[in-house]
This record gives sequence, structure tokens and C-alpha cells, in this order.
Amino acid sequence: MSKTTQAFKNGKAFIPFVTAGDPDLDTTKKLIIGMAESGADLIEIGIPFSDPVAEGVVIQQADERALSAGATTDKIFDMVAEVRKAIPSFPLAFMTYINPIYVYGCEKFLSKCEELQIDALIVPDIPYEEKEELAPYCEKHGVDFISMIAPSSENRIKMIAKDAQGFLYCVSSMGVTGVRSEIKTDIGAMIDSVRQVSDVPTAIGFGISTPEQAKHMAQYADAVIVGSAIVKLCAKYGKDCIEPVKAYVKEMKDAIK
Amino acid sequence: MSKGRFGIHGGQFIPETLMNAVNELEEAYNKYKDDPEFIAEFEALLKNYAGRPSLLYYAEKMTKDLGGAKIYLKREDLNHTGSHKLNNVIGQILLAKRMGKTRVIAETGAGQHGVATATVAALMGMECEIYMGKEDTDRQALNVYRMELLGAKVHAVTSGTQTLKDAVNETLREWTRRVNDTHYVLGSVMGPHPFPTIVRDFQSVISKEIKAQIMEKEGRLPDAVLACVGGGSNAMGAFYEFIPDESVALIGCEAAGLGVDNPKNAATMANGTLGVFHGMKSYFCQDEYGQIAPVYSISAGLDYPGVGPEHANLKDIGRAQYVPITDDEAVDAFEYLSRTEGIIPAIESAHAVAYAIKLAPTMDKDKIIVVNLSGRGDKDVAAIARYRGVDIYE
Repeated sequence: MSKTTQAFKNGKAFIPFVTAGDPDLDTTKKLIIGMAESGADLIEIGIPFSDPVAEGVVIQQADERALSAGATTDKIFDMVAEVRKAIPSFPLAFMTYINPIYVYGCEKFLSKCEELQIDALIVPDIPYEEKEELAPYCEKHGVDFISMIAPSSENRIKMIAKDAQGFLYCVSSMGVTGVRSEIKTDIGAMIDSVRQVSDVPTAIGFGISTPEQAKHMAQYADAVIVGSAIVKLCAKYGKDCIEPVKAYVKEMKDAIK
Repeated sequence: MSKGRFGIHGGQFIPETLMNAVNELEEAYNKYKDDPEFIAEFEALLKNYAGRPSLLYYAEKMTKDLGGAKIYLKREDLNHTGSHKLNNVIGQILLAKRMGKTRVIAETGAGQHGVATATVAALMGMECEIYMGKEDTDRQALNVYRMELLGAKVHAVTSGTQTLKDAVNETLREWTRRVNDTHYVLGSVMGPHPFPTIVRDFQSVISKEIKAQIMEKEGRLPDAVLACVGGGSNAMGAFYEFIPDESVALIGCEAAGLGVDNPKNAATMANGTLGVFHGMKSYFCQDEYGQIAPVYSISAGLDYPGVGPEHANLKDIGRAQYVPITDDEAVDAFEYLSRTEGIIPAIESAHAVAYAIKLAPTMDKDKIIVVNLSGRGDKDVAAIARYRGVDIYE
């Protein structure tokens, strides 16, 4: 099967996210390799979508920048093929919305994932009830379909966790992605519910940006996911974002390991 | 298990954060839709507040002028707030109150759904926030002020194309932020299950009335029912009771903007392909990579890159047909109905009138067409004046 679980064998895992093609695909390639060298355990590569309803304004704007700079699913696949030459067995995940996958063709998309040794697929607008749209293709091509739980999931947590593979994406807060100064959800209780039915690794995302927050979250979960804080650095530094992002990734991994 | 499918279309493609909210909504709807007390309250408001039943008006002058089929206009424009949107809003806000919600949010394109939501929120004492594309707040400025007058807060959405699609995105995002006390009053037969079903059911009062009224006036069913289609709520309402009556042609009129072959159009049925967006599988205007296309129509209410899943299925099974109408045709029809019958239609509804103008002369005089006049055109007067090169201030 996939290498997703490898990512959780090096202490608490740090999972950075980057929007592919922001500011351009060459920078994204260097960024992925750089983050892999700086302590990341798994990297989420975002395939930009015109209408990302689960994203806050930071990632929305990154998607807009990437698309207007000409990023397409095919060009992103080509970029990942280049990345694979440098880091052939590093755990990688794609994160995107169902429409870019569905319109590309689920079979064609997932067979491309297999070819690129993509380990996991995260699709925030496929809830448990709709996973048959995608899960059979993931299964066929050896890609973990990542399930998500949210603070509002309550009675649904056990149902979702039972079937989770790779890792379980725990959404820390209500709302969309984006940096938050405070996370109020009782994460401990969420993870406890998961643990009653599954020993799948858990990863907390949405709103985390500082080493202190990451350290706090890592008490409960097996991994911390950070997106907007990294995308902000890409927005600020453009093509020169690689060193600042590498330093940030190292700082975050050091805080949780 | 996927729920709320119409053929292959529909479903619930939304973030996990919203799943319990749509499940609770479905539960509440199933509980109350057959509850005599709920039905009585809904019907009383339709009668005493909305002013239903709306008239089925024989457009005699238009019929004679076109020289073909008899044309009837279903006067949804005479509803309180000036469009069919109120029917669904009354139903959903009654439901939201029973679910213990204290706040409603909604998207709006032309502003008709936003005005209807703000209106019922005022009546029922609910907090109300409306999301409207920045471009639409400019072209429908009067409706923005109207909503504010009714006590709603209006957010101008500046993301993406700044139109209806982006207003839906932003309302969905707001709903994920605050779902406990807030109901999303979705305005069309779209989005995740159960919205397409709920909105259709609340709007089906239109076809129920048409059926009874035409039987009374003509003693038979019409030969065709015409309605404009953006997301498709007035069309679904006007079609629904006629679906089993195969002799009744159901024709949806979509916005072709500058023409179906011009990039500036919103003709989803003509140009769209299968996709999954805004919670549903359906047809969408999009590129080969599934990026949603920026669409265009003179009508803010039809300026949407998708269509409700039940319409997509009616098209697939051949039960309804969908025709494109350009800006020019719609504006001509807007002016024609104003001069011929003394009725100024919404520019959205004018798309259906435009097709009636084409269709009626091709039919025999003993045939009957019903056009759903989904809204009134006061809101559009300034925009049409500008379209004709007349510079007036609202």
C-alpha cells in the first residue's frame, strides 16, 4: 500500500501545504524539495480550483494567482514528476476539490497519481456519504483516500474514523482555512472518540500557524497540518519564498518532535 | 450512501463541517412537511402575506399580435416583494424557526432572493445577512438599499467573478463558520440535498395553481409551460406538477448573453458539461480541467455557471427542453411586454417571454402556452435604460 503511514514514524509529524503554481510551478518544485529536506514528514500539494469553498482568503488568492499564472492539472503532474527525481520515496498527497478530479476523469486522475507515487488524496468537498465517487479509484491505484472530521461532526466521528485510511484529517475549528489566533474546539474529546474505534494516525489542520499552537495540538494528535501560514510566505516573498519557508518548516517540526 | 439524487445528478458534495447541518435540515423537513400545523401556517402566509394565489392572466393583446397559440402569464411578479422567490423563503424560514435557528443567511444575484429573505426575516424577527457579488450590488443598487431598509446586512462579495457563483461560495463559507444558530436560505433548486427538493416543493405551488386555474379557464391542460432558468427555481416550480402530464411541453429558457457561441454567455444546458460543484453533481460551464467558467448575462439572476440537478435530469431523460435566449432577445421581450400588455417583466422572466414570442406564431390558435412571469421588472428599468444608451440615475 501507500507510504502515508511512513510519515508518522518520525515522532509527531509535520505536514505543510503548498498551492501548486503559486507563484509558478518551478518555485513549487523547489519548495516541495526544500520542505522535504527541512523536516516535513508529508507534503500536501494543492491543485488550485477556481472556487475553493473550504478555503479562507489566503488560499483563495493563492489559487487565483496560480491559475492566472497558467497552472493546470497536467502541468502540475509534470512538475511532480520532476520532484520525484529528487525525492523518489517521500510521502506526498494531493489536495484539491472534486470537480477538477471529476472533470479530468477519476480513473485518469488516479492512475496518474499511481504513476507519480502519490500516497494520499484529500478532497474537502467529498464527505463520507459521497466517497464512493472517488474511493474505488483510490483503492484500485493504491492511493489513500483521506477522511475528514470537523468540530460539528459529533455523532459522525466514529462512523468516519472506522473507515479512515492513511490518516484522519481533524479540522480544528468551524469555518474555512486560515490563520487563527485561538482554537477553542475540544480537540482532546474529538481524538478520544476516534481512538475508541480506530488507531489510524490523526492530523490536525485549519488555523494553526505558530510553533506554540503546533506544540499544543501535537499533544493530542499524531500530526499538525499547516497551509495558510506557508501560503502567506509564498505571497510575501514570491519566487524567493524557498528559504523563509524552509526555515519555518524546520521551526515547526522542531516545536513538535 | 449518497442521498438526493435525480438520475445521476444531485448528492451532497460539501465539507464535513456542514454535513450535520444538512442532515438536521432534512430531518426537520421530513418531520414538518406533512405536519398539518406547519402546512396551515405556510399556506396562511402564502395567502395573507404573499398574496397568493397569483393570477393566471390571459395576454389577449400579445396573443392576437403574435397570431398563434393562446398565451397565459402566471403572474408571480404580483407576489409581495415582486417575485416567486418569496414562496420558498416563507417555507424555509418557517422551517428554520422550528429548528431553533435565530439567524438566516442567503446568497442573491439580482437581489430578488435577498429581498425576499430580508423581508421574511423582518416579519419573523430573525437576524439576516445577505451575500451579493460586488458587480451585482452595482447593477442592482436599489435592491441593496431595499434589503438594508428591511434590516438586513448586505455583504458585497469581492472574490472571483463577483457575481452569483461567488455569492454562493461566500454564503457557504459563512455557514461553515456559524452553523449552530444559522440557517442558509438557499434561493434556488440547487446546492446539496435536501435543498433542491425543499426549494422545489415550496415553489411547486406555482404549477399547482397553474393547473387548477387553466382547468377552470380552458378546461384542459396547456400545451407548453415556459420559464427562465438560472439555478432553476421558478422553472422547477412551474414544471413540477406537469411532469407526469406528457402532453405538456416543459421549456426552460437560459441566458445566452451575447450568444451561445460567444464566450460571454451563461447557457449551462447548451454549453455545460457534467461536473460536481456547489454541493451537487450537475451540468456546469467549465474548462477541460474543471475550473468553473466566468459566465455572463445581462440578467444578474441568470448569471450562474450551473443548473439545479433535477433540471439536469429532466434534460437527460428528455422530459424538458432548454433553449438559449440572448441579451438582445430578452431586452426586446422586456420592452415588448411592457408596451403590449402594460406589464414590465423582470429581465430574467423576459427570457421566457422572448421564447414565447418565437414559439407562439409556430403553433395553432387552439394551442395554449403558459409563461411563468417569475418577477417584475422595476429593478431592471435603470439597467435596461443604460443598455439602450439612456443615462439615468436610480
